[in-house]
Amino acid sequence: MLSKQIYDVVVVGSGPGGVAAAIEAKKAGADDVLIIERDTELGGILLQCIHNGFGLELLKEDLPGPGYAEHFIKEMLSLHVEVLLNTMVMDITPQRHLFLSSKEHGYVEIEARAIVLAMGCRERTRAQIRIPGMRPNGIFTAGTAQRWVNVEGYMPGKEIVILGSGDIGMIMARRLTFEGAHVERVLEIQSYLSGLSRNLVQCLQDYNIPLQLNHTIKRIMGKNRVEAIEAVQVDEKWNFVPGTEEIIPCDTLLLSVGLIPENELSRKAGVKLDPITSGPYVDETFQTNVPGIFAAGNVVHVYDLVDWVSEAGFSAGKNAAKYAIALRNAEARYTPLVAGKNVRYVVPHKLDKSTLEKEDVRLQMRVTRPIEQPVWVEVHDGENLITRKAERYVRPGEMVTVVLKTKNYADVAKSSKLTIDINPR
Amino acid sequence: MQEQYDYIIIGGGVVGCMIARWLSRYEGKVLLIEKEADVGMGCSSANTAIVHAGYDPLPGSLKARMNVKGNAMWDQLAGELNFAFERRGDYVVAIGDEELPLVHKLMDQGKKNGVPGMVMISGAEMRAREKNINPETSGALWASTGGICDPFQVTVAAGENAVMNGAKVLLNTAFQDFIMEGKRIIGVRTNRGDFLGRWVINSAGIYSDDVMHKAGVRPEFFIKPRKGEYYIFDRADVSIDNVLFPVPSAKGKGILVTTTLHENTIAGPNATIIDDKEDTSTTKEGLAEVAEGALKLVPSLNLRYSIANFVGLRPMGNGPCKTPGVVYNNDYIIEIPEEVQGLVNLGGIESPGLTSAPAIAEEVVDMLRDAGEKLVVKKDWDPIRPPRPRFRNMSHKDRQLLVEMDPRFGQVICRCENITEGEIIAEIHAPIPARTYDAIKRRTWLGTGRCQGGFDMTRVVNILSRELGISPLEVTKRGTGSQYLFRETKRVEG
Repeated sequence: MLSKQIYDVVVVGSGPGGVAAAIEAKKAGADDVLIIERDTELGGILLQCIHNGFGLELLKEDLPGPGYAEHFIKEMLSLHVEVLLNTMVMDITPQRHLFLSSKEHGYVEIEARAIVLAMGCRERTRAQIRIPGMRPNGIFTAGTAQRWVNVEGYMPGKEIVILGSGDIGMIMARRLTFEGAHVERVLEIQSYLSGLSRNLVQCLQDYNIPLQLNHTIKRIMGKNRVEAIEAVQVDEKWNFVPGTEEIIPCDTLLLSVGLIPENELSRKAGVKLDPITSGPYVDETFQTNVPGIFAAGNVVHVYDLVDWVSEAGFSAGKNAAKYAIALRNAEARYTPLVAGKNVRYVVPHKLDKSTLEKEDVRLQMRVTRPIEQPVWVEVHDGENLITRKAERYVRPGEMVTVVLKTKNYADVAKSSKLTIDINPR
Repeated sequence: MQEQYDYIIIGGGVVGCMIARWLSRYEGKVLLIEKEADVGMGCSSANTAIVHAGYDPLPGSLKARMNVKGNAMWDQLAGELNFAFERRGDYVVAIGDEELPLVHKLMDQGKKNGVPGMVMISGAEMRAREKNINPETSGALWASTGGICDPFQVTVAAGENAVMNGAKVLLNTAFQDFIMEGKRIIGVRTNRGDFLGRWVINSAGIYSDDVMHKAGVRPEFFIKPRKGEYYIFDRADVSIDNVLFPVPSAKGKGILVTTTLHENTIAGPNATIIDDKEDTSTTKEGLAEVAEGALKLVPSLNLRYSIANFVGLRPMGNGPCKTPGVVYNNDYIIEIPEEVQGLVNLGGIESPGLTSAPAIAEEVVDMLRDAGEKLVVKKDWDPIRPPRPRFRNMSHKDRQLLVEMDPRFGQVICRCENITEGEIIAEIHAPIPARTYDAIKRRTWLGTGRCQGGFDMTRVVNILSRELGISPLEVTKRGTGSQYLFRETKRVEG
């Protein structure tokens, strides 16, 4: 169950950016840090990236995705960051209220003094690149196929064509080959590779999987399941070159055609997005246009290396903590003045405690009803009486005044709320 | 022993389901057979989701009569069956002065068809009502009775209400032939055995010609599919709040830009006459044509925000209009033919077939009554198909209460459309069970958002596997042959 209603820092997403942000927020002095993950485990997409190549820059180690995730998750848990799993953030307001939904914890609203958005990115789909043809089963984004194979333990294809030379596509070409599938080829509409060169060598060339540059898919065939695709060469303007069509029988088409930062929640919070990156506009502290809302990792722009995502997370987390602490201090500076028994209202409504260190403060109020007998006007913090004043009677038509003295400062400084009651003597 | 029914309906599209719902009101056994794994997988699931006002069909045609009568039935229908429907009106927009006379002509046609609540508005008024409209608009016809609906829900809800009232729906059951006794139809032969029935209703949509030919009826009648391609846009980026038609052409009502009840803008359809009744493929040329048409109405529409394309096939027939003096050869066929006994024959129910569906169902009931059927209302007939919770449309407070009652509604499975496990499970165990991914998608709008199922796919396959007690290897997208998975990955021994 949630331990708090208000947190210093709430991190949305437990991929490398989110975990790094939670670690650094805690180290920078945030008291209550909560990290929210929609999946059953911490780690985000790293958990399905079982290939190595992670951590070379930051950890000087060559780790698989889950290993890299584990390194930082361990550190985060040792810092007592509170964790919510299986929980989806449904809404974030510009006032930093979050609405969370989960089976276990129900549908709840919490508040954060600072938020770090770390929702990562999603894959571009068939519709976004508008491949014509039928709409059978067997067309998957490379990342979805990766989840099928590496997390769920199932093979989503036997004869496979991959469109796009993004890293996940090339990595899946190798992975599916390991698992006994046949990857016919990788098609790339551009005249150059879109992923890392090391993946071309290690994932395609080492396994004799051909890469065809300047090629795309003209149409998809098959009613229920993919039966074939028609590949075609394109010119420099991406027009089909007539006569270069080739029908390739296959049962599966994987798409590795780009990633888009995932910012639907950010928009609900009023965060402004850069149309080029599709991520929030941020300053050097990774703060968005909405005060107290920070963003880190692939949610801002798509990175090449996870190490850099972690670094962005560290920075966002540290700055979120700074913001939260400043806000908490500002909140602690004031104490509200509350109308209690027989009091209709009190002016002022709140008190800057530091004022009382230097000068007296006069409180004025009106009563709810006349009391025609001697009374005490009492100021207390819920437990201890701080000061009181005697009146012979009180009437709604006559304003009542009580003065908080500088000598009361020590008591008031400890209080979170002051209540004024009027009781018969 | 063969099962004996009073009414056998061939085809579970919106028309077949609506007829099943109308007939289930009366004493007698109703069977609906559907060749696909779900109801509503043909034309009923791939259209513009519009309840047409009725100014478009030719005056005097059966199409015009069914359209206008059907339109008027939708408020009560939506109330009883609890599907999403909004009568927000529609516009036929003239771009440039030369198109304006066509709009006036449509207005006259609408009046002849008995369409209430039509008004001509000026170009300035049109621009004020829809800020994204082409600024060169010269005026528009505003038809206040036009509406939008969720056509998937409509079909399912009608079918479910029929089942609740005793009708039987058999999925994956394909009609093969009639069983005849001389000139009398006494049943149907299917891939799942024979079913005897006193009446058989042909509502086979795009295959209705093949079905009637098996009975020897109307050998000259043929369905030509008219392929229509569409774009769907991300609601976060594109928001057109109105239903905007261009002026119609010889090819039909034209490429429109409209909102849906899921708040996604859609654009389409074009109209390409094809031969293959299974060809639901999009084409580069077709999508370009739709884009051009849509941009004519809404020049600011950015195709970059398209999240899906789809194709619908309208079952255009060559049925002649029976009204004397009206020359029209693409009319609806709704008849009890004389050549055989025991057949109610429908054909060519293309757009506005969705709008007309309740009127067609009522027409079928009237014809059966005229043919001597007693049609006694069941004592316990219940017209209400109860609504099911839709998490996405609820306030924070209502969501909280729902999740308190059943925590499965707190588990969000589709991140873009906010569909929960509770909703998915409810559909899997509904009166017409959703047993495929697409069946759940059509009922809940799951997987239709910007990630197109990338996030929910593995999760939904696992839920279907668990709830149906089958292996994930057996779970399909749209029925037999559309499995997701081939085998398990290699296991490390030891």
